[in-house]
Amino acid sequence: MSILGNRVVRREDPKFLTVGGTYVADLDLPGSVYLTFVRSSMAHAKLLSVDTSGAKAMPGVVAVYTNDDLGIARMPTIMGMTNEAMTQPMLASGTVRYVGEPIVAIVAESREIAADALEAVVVEYEPLTVVIDPAEARKDNDLLFPDAGTNTTFTLDFGGDEALFDDCEVVVELTLINQRVAPCPMEGRSAAAHMTKDGRLEFNSATQAPHGVRDGLAGFLGLEPDKVHVVTPDVGGGFGAKASVYPEDIVVGWCAVHLGRPVRWTETRSESMLGLGHGRAQLQHVRMGGTRGGVISAYRIDVLQDCGAYPAFGAVLPFMTRVMTSGPYKIPKAEFGSVSVVTNSTPTTAYRGAGRPEATAAIERTMDVFAREIEMDPAELRRRNLIGKDEFPYTTPTETVYDVGDYHQALELALEVAGYDELRAKQARRRASGDPIQIGIGLSCYVEITNGLPDGEFGAVEVRPDGKIIVRTGTSPHGQGHVTAWSMLVAEQMGVPIEDIEVIYGDTDVVPRGAGTMGSRSLQIGGAAVNQAAVDVVEKAKDLAADLFEADREDIVLDKSNASFHVIGTPAVSKSWGELAKAAVAKDGNPLFAEVDLASPGPTFPFGTHISVVEVDVETGKVTLLRHIAVDDAGRILNPLLAEGQVHGGIAQGVAQALLEEVVYDPDGNPLTSTFADYSFISAAELPSFETRFTETPTPINALGAKGIGESGTIGSTPALHNAVCDAVAHLGVRHVDMPTTPIRVWNAINDAAPHHDAKNTTKKGGR
Amino acid sequence: MKVAMTVNGTLESHDVEARTLLVDYLRNVVGLTGTNIGCDTTSCGACTVLLNGQSVKSCTVLAAQAAGDDITTIEGLALEDGRLNPVQQAFQECHGLQCGYCTPGMVMAITSLLTENPHPTEEDVRVGLEGNLCRCTGYHNIVASALAASGVVEMHQ
Ligand code: FES
Ligand code: FES
Repeated sequence: MSILGNRVVRREDPKFLTVGGTYVADLDLPGSVYLTFVRSSMAHAKLLSVDTSGAKAMPGVVAVYTNDDLGIARMPTIMGMTNEAMTQPMLASGTVRYVGEPIVAIVAESREIAADALEAVVVEYEPLTVVIDPAEARKDNDLLFPDAGTNTTFTLDFGGDEALFDDCEVVVELTLINQRVAPCPMEGRSAAAHMTKDGRLEFNSATQAPHGVRDGLAGFLGLEPDKVHVVTPDVGGGFGAKASVYPEDIVVGWCAVHLGRPVRWTETRSESMLGLGHGRAQLQHVRMGGTRGGVISAYRIDVLQDCGAYPAFGAVLPFMTRVMTSGPYKIPKAEFGSVSVVTNSTPTTAYRGAGRPEATAAIERTMDVFAREIEMDPAELRRRNLIGKDEFPYTTPTETVYDVGDYHQALELALEVAGYDELRAKQARRRASGDPIQIGIGLSCYVEITNGLPDGEFGAVEVRPDGKIIVRTGTSPHGQGHVTAWSMLVAEQMGVPIEDIEVIYGDTDVVPRGAGTMGSRSLQIGGAAVNQAAVDVVEKAKDLAADLFEADREDIVLDKSNASFHVIGTPAVSKSWGELAKAAVAKDGNPLFAEVDLASPGPTFPFGTHISVVEVDVETGKVTLLRHIAVDDAGRILNPLLAEGQVHGGIAQGVAQALLEEVVYDPDGNPLTSTFADYSFISAAELPSFETRFTETPTPINALGAKGIGESGTIGSTPALHNAVCDAVAHLGVRHVDMPTTPIRVWNAINDAAPHHDAKNTTKKGGR
Repeated sequence: MKVAMTVNGTLESHDVEARTLLVDYLRNVVGLTGTNIGCDTTSCGACTVLLNGQSVKSCTVLAAQAAGDDITTIEGLALEDGRLNPVQQAFQECHGLQCGYCTPGMVMAITSLLTENPHPTEEDVRVGLEGNLCRCTGYHNIVASALAASGVVEMHQ
C-alpha cells in the first residue's frame, strides 16, 4: 500500500502549535548588538551631508557606518542582463533613489537605543526631480542614473511582424495595469550573525535560499565560502521576495565580522513595506486578433516593467512573462516586447508567480474582451482555442515547449463544479430584474512554468546503525511542508515509517549544496533528488545484503511491509536497515548512504482553470467574492493536503491583487501604503472557502510525474476574479475596470460607461 | 518598575521599563518567544494572547497594564500530558498552518472565539478572525480548523 497520494498530516506542526517556531528573532544570542538603518525620507535627492556625530556620541551606541566606511562592492547586475550603471550600493552613496533606501547603519546595545540613535542622525537632502510613473521614466526626461544616460535597464523584443493582425476579422486592444503589490510574508526580513571561535561567520537568515546567502556573503565580504555558515531557522514565509540577498543582509554580516560581536537585525513592518522587494508592477498593452467565429490567430503583448530604483529580479520578470506569452492557447502568431525602467520607488522582485501571473492576467482579460466583442460565451471561446491534449509536446510561437496537459479537461471540470450554465441563467435573471446586486462570472485558463531556471538540486539519504534515516535536501522550506513530503518519498522507496525519518535542510554546513525553494521547483527537482537518493540507497543495501547472505545480488528483495531485506523465497531470514547500516560501516568505515546532484531535466508546465463568482453592488461598486473554483493540474499529487494548502494560499494572494491590494505612491514618491494599517492586506472576512479540485496528468519530465503547485493558485485566480468583476457590470456598458477592483473604481467605471454605452464596444480592425 | 502577572500558570515578577509592551515582556523578559510580532500598527494579530481568557493583541497592551492578570500564550495550551489540545489538534489535522508565523496568534484568537461562541458558523469565524492576518493559508484551512475544533473546546477547559 503506497503512502504516496495520501493526506498525510504535517510532521512539522506540533512545535509551531506548542511553542511557536524558532524564527531568527527568537534566537538567543547572548551579547548581541542591534543593527538598524537610517532610511531615506526622500524619493530622489542628492545627499548633501550626513551627520552621524550626535548618534555616535550617544551612550550605548556601538558604531555608526555610512557607505564609505564599509568599502563593499555594489550589488551586481541581474543575471548580467541589466544596465551596469544602475547597481545599488550597500548604503546610499551620494544620491538616494527611493523612500526607504538605507543610508546609515547604526549598531547599538539595545533595540531601543538604536531606535533613539536613528533620530539623532541628521541628513541634509537636495531634492531631485522624482520619476514615479514608468511611462514618464521611459521618456528619459529625468534620469535616475545620469551616467547610464537612460532609465531603461533591460529590453526584450520577440517578433516584429508588421502584418501580424492583417488577416484578422476582429482585433481588440487593451491597456492593462498589473499593479505593484507587496509580498508581505508575515515575518519580515531578519538576520543574526556572529563569528565563531574558529573564525567563521555564522549567519542566521530568514531566507528562501541559504546557499545563495552564503555565496553572497562570501563574495561581498571577501571570505571563502567555507568560512561562512548560513542557517535558516524557521522562516515565516517568503513568496519570492526572500529568494535573493539584500544589501542589509551583507551589512549585518560585515558588522559581525568587524565588531566581533553577535549582530542582529529584524526589520519592522513599516521598514519591510519599503525595503522588501515589491511584486508585479507591469503596464501592459495587448492586442488580440481572430475571426468572428472565435478562432484567435494573432496576439501581441508589450510590457513596461517598473523595476523600482535599482534593478533587482523585478527587472527581468518580463523574461518569464515572455515565456508564457500565448498561454494555453493555440495561437499561430504571438509576439512579445518589453522595456524595464527604473523609477523612484522600492525595487521590484519576484513575487509568487514572478512574471507568469502577469502573462496570464493579460491574455485572460483580453480573451474576455474578445469574447464580448464577437458575442461569444467566454467559456466557448476558450474551449475553441485551447491546445488539444494530443498536441504535446507543444511549441509556442515564443518558443516555449509545453510538456504535457489536458487543458480541456480542466476547463470542463471547472465549469461542471461551478454549475456554469445555471450561473449564467441566474445572471440573466438578475440582469433582467434590474437588481442592484449583479452577478459576475469570471474564467481563467492558465498554463505556467515551474522549475523554470536551470538549477539542479542536492538530495541525500543516510541510514544510521540504529535504523533511523537522515535525509538532507538543498531545498529550503518555509511553510511548504518538505519534512512531511520528503519523508513520504523516502518511506515509499525504503519501506520505513515516516517517524523514523529525519529531514535536514537550511544549514550550509550539513547540506553542502542547494538552490533553495522558489519558482515552484522544490518537489519536481528537490523531491526528485531525494527520491533518487532513496532509490540509490536501496540498491547499495542490496549489495550489502547479497554479501551477508552470500546470495545472488539479483535475488535480494526489499520487503517494504517490514523494512527488511531477504533472499527471494526465504523471508524468514532477513536483515533490517540498521543491520545493513552496521554492515556498511564494518565493511569500509563508510555509512550506508547515497548522495544525488540531480541536474534539472527542464521545466514543467502546470495548468488549470479557475472560476470566480462575484456579486457587485452597482450602486456602491462593492465587490463580494461568493465562490472561487480552482481546478489545477500539477501532474501527480504527492500529498493532496499540502497541495491544496498551496492552492488556497495562492488563491488568496491572487484574489487580493484583483480585489484590493495595491502599493501606492504619491507623485512625489511618498509611499501611501507603508504599514499594515494602510495596505489592504486581505483578511478572512473578505474571502469564502475555496472549491478546489485536481486533475492529474503526470509529466514525463521527472520520475515523480510531478509539476510545481506553489504558484498556480496565484496565477489562476487573479484573472478569474478580475474577469468576474468586469463581467458583472458588462451589461452596463463597462468594457474594463482596472485592478484592484475597489468600490470607487467599479463605481466610476459604471458611471463613466452609462452615457456612451454603445460607443465603447466598436470593433477595431487594423494592423499593428 | 516592578510588574507581576501569571503567565501560563506561573507567577512572573520582573523589573521593566514603563514603556515595555506586553509582547516584548513575554518574549524578551519572560523568554516565551512563541508569540510573534508581525506589524507595528496593531493590524496583524500575530501577537494575540489571552488576557484573563480573552484574546488581546499583546503589542497594544503595556506590560504594566497586565499587572495582576492571567496571561495565556501558545506555550500554555497543550494538555498536561503534553498532547495537543483540541484547537491545536484541529490545526494539525486540517493543515491550518504553513510557515507558522501567524499560527500562535490564530490559535489564541480562535480559542477565545470558541469560548465566547462554542458553535460558530463559518461567517462568525471569518468575521471573528478579521484582525488576524495570514499570508500562507488563504485562511481556508484556518477556518476549517476553527470549525473542526468548535463544540469540543469547552469540554476540555
Ligand atoms: S504585532 Fe500585534 S497586531 Fe501586529
Ligand atoms: S501560516 Fe504563514 S502566515 Fe499564516
